Amino acid sequence: MKVLWFAWLRTRVGTGEETIALPDGVTDVGGLLDFLAQRSPGHAEALKNRNVVRVAVNQTYVKPDHAITDGDEVAIFPPVTGG
Amino acid sequence: MAVRVQREDFDIGAELDALTRGRHDIGAVTSFVGLVRDIAGDSKIGAMTLEHYPGMTEKELARVEAEANARWQLSATLIVHRFGRLEPGDRIVLCAAASPHREQAFEACHFLIDWLKTSAPFWKLEDTDNGPQWVAAKDSDDAAAARWNNSR
Repeated sequence: MKVLWFAWLRTRVGTGEETIALPDGVTDVGGLLDFLAQRSPGHAEALKNRNVVRVAVNQTYVKPDHAITDGDEVAIFPPVTGG
Repeated sequence: MAVRVQREDFDIGAELDALTRGRHDIGAVTSFVGLVRDIAGDSKIGAMTLEHYPGMTEKELARVEAEANARWQLSATLIVHRFGRLEPGDRIVLCAAASPHREQAFEACHFLIDWLKTSAPFWKLEDTDNGPQWVAAKDSDDAAAARWNNSR
């Protein structure tokens, strides 16, 4: 699975892109965020406040209960500020 | 209908001309242009860098544009959004809507910018006196986008 990080979440995590194997028992976006938060102190810091974390699976916004599979591209980012 | 995400500047006159040329069904074209300010709160801004999510950005802009075309009777629409390093005074974004009559074009253009601000994956990093700062999302932008949920 490809995990992408953007903006200040990227700087906290220390990379913009990771390839991970989806662990057994992780079936949805909420579970994935819990798993990712344990990968490093930077990950934990980035995911500390879930209210300011947006998630897109295969480039479409999703909610925490959205089901995921190993082939998905999951992007994690703060609220957007374009325009 | 067209959306473009690009590093380069755009020519407003040329874009609006291309949108409406030869289209004699169009009676009104409205546009919104967003510019880089040199002030954010109490801080002076030297420049900013716009980060985006290639692929999803185009997809979200196309979704916003399609929604506008579903809600209003439009003859043509355009969104051009820049990324990369921008300085105060630089153009960031152009939204345009063309219609037989002005009311539809005005409303649709307003909708385009309100919705893209809260959905298109762009993030602004400003160079301030206190170093680089990520711009925080504004509640007022959410409210501006949300009021379109109650109309039409």
